[in-house]
Amino acid sequence: MNATIIQAVNDALHEEMDNDDQTIVFGQDVAESGGVFRATEDLKETFGTERVLDTPLSEIAIVGSAIGLATHGFRPIAEIQFSGFLPPAFDQLVTNASRIRWRTHGELTVPMVVRTPYGAGVRALEHHSESLEAAYGHVPGLKVVIPSTPHDAKGMLISAIRDPDPVLFMEPKHVYRSLREEIPEKAYTEPLGEAAVRQEGDDLTVISWGAMMHNTLEAVENLSINADVIDLRTISPLDRETILDSVKKTGRCVIVHEAAKTGGFGAELMATINDDALMYLEAPISRVTGFDVPVPLLSMEDYYIPHPPRIEKAIEETLAY
Amino acid sequence: MVNRQRSTPAESTDVTVDRLSQAELDVDTYRVVQPDGSHDPEATPDLNDESFRDLYRWMVLQRVFDERATKLQRRGRLGTYPSGRGQEASIIGAGYALADQDWIFPYGRETGALLMHGLSMRDLLLYWRGVEDASRMEGANIFGLAISIGSHIPVVTGKAWGMKLAGEDSVAFANLGDGATSTGAFHEGTNFAGVLGAPAVFFCQNNQYAITLPFDGQTNANTIAQKALAYGIDGIRVDGNDVLAVYNAITEARQRALEGNPVLVEAVTYRRGAHTTSDDPTRYRTEEEVEEWKERDPLDRYQTFLEETGRWAEIDEEAIRKEIEDEFSAAVDAADEFAERGVEEMFAYLYEEMPPELERQQAAFEELLEKRPEMYEYIEQRPKG
Ligand SMILES: Cc1ncc(C[n+]2csc(CCOP(=O)(O)OP(=O)(O)O)c2C)c(N)n1
Ligand SMILES: [Mg+2]
Repeated sequence: MNATIIQAVNDALHEEMDNDDQTIVFGQDVAESGGVFRATEDLKETFGTERVLDTPLSEIAIVGSAIGLATHGFRPIAEIQFSGFLPPAFDQLVTNASRIRWRTHGELTVPMVVRTPYGAGVRALEHHSESLEAAYGHVPGLKVVIPSTPHDAKGMLISAIRDPDPVLFMEPKHVYRSLREEIPEKAYTEPLGEAAVRQEGDDLTVISWGAMMHNTLEAVENLSINADVIDLRTISPLDRETILDSVKKTGRCVIVHEAAKTGGFGAELMATINDDALMYLEAPISRVTGFDVPVPLLSMEDYYIPHPPRIEKAIEETLAY
Repeated sequence: MVNRQRSTPAESTDVTVDRLSQAELDVDTYRVVQPDGSHDPEATPDLNDESFRDLYRWMVLQRVFDERATKLQRRGRLGTYPSGRGQEASIIGAGYALADQDWIFPYGRETGALLMHGLSMRDLLLYWRGVEDASRMEGANIFGLAISIGSHIPVVTGKAWGMKLAGEDSVAFANLGDGATSTGAFHEGTNFAGVLGAPAVFFCQNNQYAITLPFDGQTNANTIAQKALAYGIDGIRVDGNDVLAVYNAITEARQRALEGNPVLVEAVTYRRGAHTTSDDPTRYRTEEEVEEWKERDPLDRYQTFLEETGRWAEIDEEAIRKEIEDEFSAAVDAADEFAERGVEEMFAYLYEEMPPELERQQAAFEELLEKRPEMYEYIEQRPKG
């Protein structure tokens, strides 16, 4: 089938609801109207109101009750309407979800998924644009997944639902509908914790994820260079091998992310390269990121987002070094 | 050996334990003007004729602004906008009962109250165009909008606490919806206010929906007003389509709050429009339901009161509308004239003193824009609809 990311997410939910009757989908506005982005369209009609529920406006209870359900044999798939509203529930992720297996030495586990759209560029209101993946990735015990294509959105969401541990599934809403590709009709999985090499080349390595993947690919295309373009796909656990193999080959690396620079996930990638591939570097690693400010409101947000020209400049400088 | 075994408990006992139950709670809805238009002269607030007219004018303003802003959004000249259609009596009745020195905490649907308390129409339009500068709320005791629902409520408590410590004659006034009462922040903030005896008024417009979710899915409680009891503060349930009742309720709540008793006020009303301009309510509610509430239109009800009390003849509705339409058009022109801003706006104001790294980021970005201005030619500082 030909699908956008949002359709792929919807399709994955239909597949897994069908495959496993322990799955339950809930969140704000997900049942009756099929979600503000229509990610959960027709789930209520197909699987009924016991398994597809609209919840009160309670992020803490959405995530917290997903944790409780998960310890009780269910496979909750909770939606947080925008990732900007996840912070109240950060407590539940840190205090409970991430450490229940560890705390009980495996007696209790939390096989839940929290799906949430993230990122800027849709001209929404305040708190509708952030990218805090590094903060979530910093929590040991929590998996953080960010697909950038319809194919991965479906395959990785199915993997996340089947995963025995809690997964925060961050969906790049800016590209929810802007790209389409052929994806298999049936259920399939894409592994969590493995990066994808989108394009191969010897000149340098460019690493990105989520919506910024597409700005990165555009920049690489505009420059007609031979680059390894890596789609990280999973923030945690990190696929170190793919990154290190590539950087050892190219000796140059540019990292692109939408989140603020300081403490962003790019810093972790740089440290990873420093640990195991420092001597292969022919140029300093460069980062193209959002600025260290909150994402501006809609009139200025385009200045914040790392658009292809900024990425191109960093690539040119890294190549020329 | 100690016997750790429990004997099997009896399936049932004939002991009865008293329970608290909302079934035994009687929560009246306070009204001045009944849905049929009749009113209780005793309960009519002690306002002069000009104020009675003024209330009407403000409700019309709310309605006209909502209509015009929604149209503006459709034409791509405003970002997402949340209309207060159907809630005019709640918005205006509350705003009118507040004093100049009070602090208002909005979340988006209270246009008329914000304009009444000093925000300019131009700035409100600029806010919905995504211009941060509008959040200065210049000349008004209005906090920034709480787009993260419920997030402001504990802050309201702190503001009120500060007013109490400073010995001021003012209250902190929280606007919130039925949805917001399900957040942890709501429960913590109201409870805290009760403990502190903070002069806070928590004003919940129960407009029956939180986006698509009807009130009965939001809470198992029959009313929002009763939630006050759990925190040991007072609750009031008022007909939110009766502007005089809302005015009285907030006047009373404000007085109680000033005496150190925070109050939770629930105004029962209805959101007649879409949640925001990006919502389509036909997906989740019936036309009949909307029609039913149209019958209870707050402006019509108030008009009946004005007619019955001989004040309607004084009101030139056409002229009021025209004046507001003109004011709106002028505000749009003023907003259009607001100059596009430089990128330094993104960096300013984050700290009193900008950290060196942020200075570097700004300088590098400005240099890039200077060298290659074409890079950002495509950027439009206007909403794209
Ligand atoms: C913490 C949080 N969660 C979710 C949202 C998304 N959202 C925006 S408005 C809204 C419903 C608000 O309902 P209510 O409090 O009743 O206010 P109303 O819109 O009816 O005026 C939701 C869920 C949000 N803004 N903040
Ligand atoms: Mg509501």
